[in-house]
Amino acid sequence: MCRIGAIKSKNKLHPSMALKLMRSQQEGHDDSGFAFVMQDMGGLFENYKDLPLLSMAATVEGTRLAEDILREVGFTRVMQWSPDINHQKGLKIEAMPNYIFEVLQYPKSYRHASQEEKEELLIDTSIRLRKALEESSSGFIYSFWPDTLTLKEIGSPRDIGTYFNLWEENSDLTARIITAQCRQNTNYDIVRYAAHPFFLEGYTGLVNGENTFYEKNKSYQAKLYKGYMGFESDSQCLLYSLHYIHKILKWPLQYFKHTITPLPYDEIVRRENSEILLRIKASLAHLEVNGPNTLLAVTPQKELLCVCDSKKLRPVVIGKTEDTVIMTSEVVGINDLMPDRKIEDDIYPNERETVIVKNDLTVERWQQ
Amino acid sequence: MAAVKINELHKSDLPWILEYDESKCIQCGKCTAVCSFNAIKPAVETRKTSNSIVNKEKTEKVLVIKQNVSLDNYCRGCGMCANVCPNGAIKLIRNEDDKYSVAYRAQKADSFKKGGRSNLNTEGRTLDKIKIGRISQMTDPSLDAQRHTFELKTPFGRVLKADKLNFDVKDGKIIETAQLPPNRWIYPIIFGDMSIGAVSWRMWEAMAIATAYLNEVHGIPIRMCTGEGGIPTKLLKSRYVKYMILQIASGHFGWNRIIKSMPEMTEDPAGILIKIGQGAKPGDGGLLLASKVARYVQEIRGVPKADLLSPPTHQGLYSIEESVQKMFLSMNAAFNFQVPVAIKVAASVTSVSVYNNLLRDPYNIVGGFFIDGLAAGTGAAHEISLNHTGHPITSKLRDCYLAAVHQGRQGEIPLFAGGGLGQTGSFAADAFKLICLGANGVFTGRMLMEIAGCVGSDTGRCNACNTGLCPAGIAAQNECLVKRLDVDKVAQNLVNYILATDIELKKLMAPVGCSTLPVGRSDALITVDKHISRRLDIQYSC
Repeated sequence: MCRIGAIKSKNKLHPSMALKLMRSQQEGHDDSGFAFVMQDMGGLFENYKDLPLLSMAATVEGTRLAEDILREVGFTRVMQWSPDINHQKGLKIEAMPNYIFEVLQYPKSYRHASQEEKEELLIDTSIRLRKALEESSSGFIYSFWPDTLTLKEIGSPRDIGTYFNLWEENSDLTARIITAQCRQNTNYDIVRYAAHPFFLEGYTGLVNGENTFYEKNKSYQAKLYKGYMGFESDSQCLLYSLHYIHKILKWPLQYFKHTITPLPYDEIVRRENSEILLRIKASLAHLEVNGPNTLLAVTPQKELLCVCDSKKLRPVVIGKTEDTVIMTSEVVGINDLMPDRKIEDDIYPNERETVIVKNDLTVERWQQ
Repeated sequence: MAAVKINELHKSDLPWILEYDESKCIQCGKCTAVCSFNAIKPAVETRKTSNSIVNKEKTEKVLVIKQNVSLDNYCRGCGMCANVCPNGAIKLIRNEDDKYSVAYRAQKADSFKKGGRSNLNTEGRTLDKIKIGRISQMTDPSLDAQRHTFELKTPFGRVLKADKLNFDVKDGKIIETAQLPPNRWIYPIIFGDMSIGAVSWRMWEAMAIATAYLNEVHGIPIRMCTGEGGIPTKLLKSRYVKYMILQIASGHFGWNRIIKSMPEMTEDPAGILIKIGQGAKPGDGGLLLASKVARYVQEIRGVPKADLLSPPTHQGLYSIEESVQKMFLSMNAAFNFQVPVAIKVAASVTSVSVYNNLLRDPYNIVGGFFIDGLAAGTGAAHEISLNHTGHPITSKLRDCYLAAVHQGRQGEIPLFAGGGLGQTGSFAADAFKLICLGANGVFTGRMLMEIAGCVGSDTGRCNACNTGLCPAGIAAQNECLVKRLDVDKVAQNLVNYILATDIELKKLMAPVGCSTLPVGRSDALITVDKHISRRLDIQYSC
C-alpha cells in the first residue's frame, strides 16, 4: 500500500521535509522509488513564478532533443538549476544521466498572448517533448509549467535523498507546497511516469489506492483531452477527472466528488439538486472510481484537496499548525513533523467528504 | 415381398415417437384430453389371444393410446401426456431420424415450422466461454455480497456528454439552463417485448403484475415492454403505466387505443420502444396468425380476425437521417419530450453503422439502443429465419460499445442486449458478462416464458408458439389452454426469479469489487478461447 503526503505552508519548505514526513511511514516503502512535486516555489525559483519551469530527466541525446524542440518552438532559457549530485558508492538508485530544471521565456510571438494561449502552448510542447523522448527512449518530462518542479526516480527513497542531497536543508530549493510519495507504483511496470505525484496543467494528484474502474476511466479519458495520456497508473485517472471537472468543464470543485463517487440514486432523488446530480451521474458514469482510494491533490489555485472513495477508504489524516497543514496516509508522519499540534484537531475524512485547504490555511470540509 | 406405401407419412417419420405401456394404463383418458395438438388418440387394437394355429379366429379388442400420424396433428414432444399420466404409462422418445421437415415441405409446399426458437445451435455459446476472472484480492479486497450496499441501476434515455449539458454555474452551484433529453434510472433487466396476442392474456398480466410488484414492494425499478400489441386501456390510465415501455412497430397495433386514451393518462409511460427488427427473425417482420387473434386481441389491436403482419420495414423508412428522426420526433413530441424513446434492432453485421449514425444525430433523440441476438425466440417465424438468419448478440454488442469508445461517446445512447440469455441456465451470469462488455442492461422474453412453465427447448421440443395451442397456456389463446396458467403463481415465480437474479448479480459484483454496475469493465472478464479473446478484446487465459 502506498503512503502519500502533501504539505502546504506559509513558510518555504525544503524537500527534506517530505522525506522526513514519509520516513516513519516506511512500512509502505519498498525501495521502489521517490517522487515529489514542488509548487508555489521559493528559493532560486521565487522570482520566476510566471515563467514555465521544465522538469525532466534524460540522456545526453534526450537533453539535446528537448533543447532542439524548445528552441524550435521559440522558448529561450532564463535560468537553469542542477541538483548537487552525491556520487557516493552503493546507493540504490537507477539514476538518469541528466536532471534538467530550467526556467524558460515564452516565444516572442506569445508576448501578448492570453493565459489560455500560453497554457495551450505549454501542454502542446509537453506532449511533443514526451513523445520525442519516448520514441528515442531518451528521457522523461515530468512537468513543464510555471512555478512547478518535479523529480521522480527509481530506487530507495533514502538513497535517492542522499544522491540528490535532499536530506540537507538549504534555502535554494524551497516551495510552499510539496507533495510526495516514497514509492513507485508497483502494480504495473516500474517506470518513472507511473510514480505519484502526477501533474497536469497546474493540477497535482497522488493516490493511495486501487482504481478498479481503471479500464472504464481510461477508455473514456483517452478521448476527452489531449493531455490525458500515458495511463501508466490507474491513479492517473483521478487526476485527469479532477482536471476535466475543474479546468475543462469549469465546474466548482464540489462536483468532483459527485463525479468520482456519485451518491446512490435513492439518496440523490431526495436532494434539492437531484436533477443536476443525476445528470452528472449519467454523463460521467465512466469517470466513477471503485475500489479503495484516497486522493490528495493540488489545484492551480494552490489549494490542497483530499477525497476518499465511497466504501473501502484508504487511510488519510490531516494535521494542522498555525503555519502548516499536512495531509498524509498515517498519523506517525504528522507526529514527527508537528509533535506540538493540537492532536484533537486532526481530521480523518470520511467517505462523503471533500477537504480543502485554502491559501490562508483554513480547512474546509464539504459533505457530499 | 410385401408392399408398403413409401410416399405416405409414417410414424417413423415424426419427430417424436410415443412409447406406450399398456400394462400400466388405467384408461383414465387424461393423456388424450390434455394434448393440445390432438397428437394422440384412444384406439382399438385387435389382438390374437392364443398362439394356437388351430384357434386362429380367437382375437380380442384392446383399448390403447395411439399416436396420430399426420402432418398437422403430430406430437411436438411437449410431454403433457406423460405429466398427467398417473402411472407413467406414456413416454415420448425423440426420433433422431425423423423426416418430418422434409415430408411437410414436400407435401404442403410450405415451411414446416413457424415459431419458437432457433433449433440449430451449431456455434456454441460465447458467453459460456467467458469467466469473471479479475477477482479482487489483498490490496483491493472483495466486497461482501450480503452486507455491502450495491446499486443496480442504469440510465435509460439519451445521455449527453458533460460539456453538452449546458450547465451554468451560479453562486458556486451548477444550474440547468436548457431542457435536457429525458433520462430515467432503471433496473438493468427489462421484461422483453412480448405482445398481448403473441402471449396469452394471463401470461401478459402475470408479467405486468410482477413488474408492478417488484417496483412497489421490493423497490426494484424493473421495466416491462408491452410488445407490439397494445396495452389494456385500464392499465394505460393507471399509475402503473410508469413501469411500462410502450412498443410501436411497423404494424402500429394497439396505437389507436393508446392515442385515444392519452388525454386520460395520469402518468407518463417508462419509455417508448420503436421496434425496427427482431433477433429471431431479422428482416422478417412480425406475424400473428389468425388462429391466435382472439376476440380481445381484436379489440385491443383494433383489427379483424386475420393473420396480422407487421411489415419488415417501417413505412417511409428510407434513411436513418430522415425517417428514424421523423418517427422519433413524433414519439418524443407525443409525450412532450419527457419520455425516453429507444430503438430495437436485430443484431446484424450492420448494427454498428446504425448505432454510429444514431450517436452522431445532432438532435439527441435516441434514448436507447436495443440489440436482439439470433438466439431469441419468437411467436411466429419461418424455420428458415429462425435457424439461418441473424447475428450472435455478444460480439455485436461489443462492436457497438467499442464503436462508441472509439468516438469517446460510450454511454451516450445506453445499450441493451438480448436474445437467448439464460439459454444454459445462467441468466444472471449472461447479464453480468454483457454488462462488462458494454451493455447498460439486458432484456429477456425467453426467461420469462421458462419461468412461467414453457416446455419448449432449443432442440426442437414443442416450439409451437405460433399455433395458439401452447400446452402451457403461455402462447395460447384458446380459453381452456390459457386457464392452465395460474396468473398469481406465474407472477410470484417471476418476482422470485428476479430476486434470485438480483442476489446473483451482487454475488458477481462483489468479488470484482464493484458496488455499481461495471458497464464496460471488460478487464473483469477472461476467456479460454483465443478467438473470443481477440474478437471481444478481453484477456485470454488458460
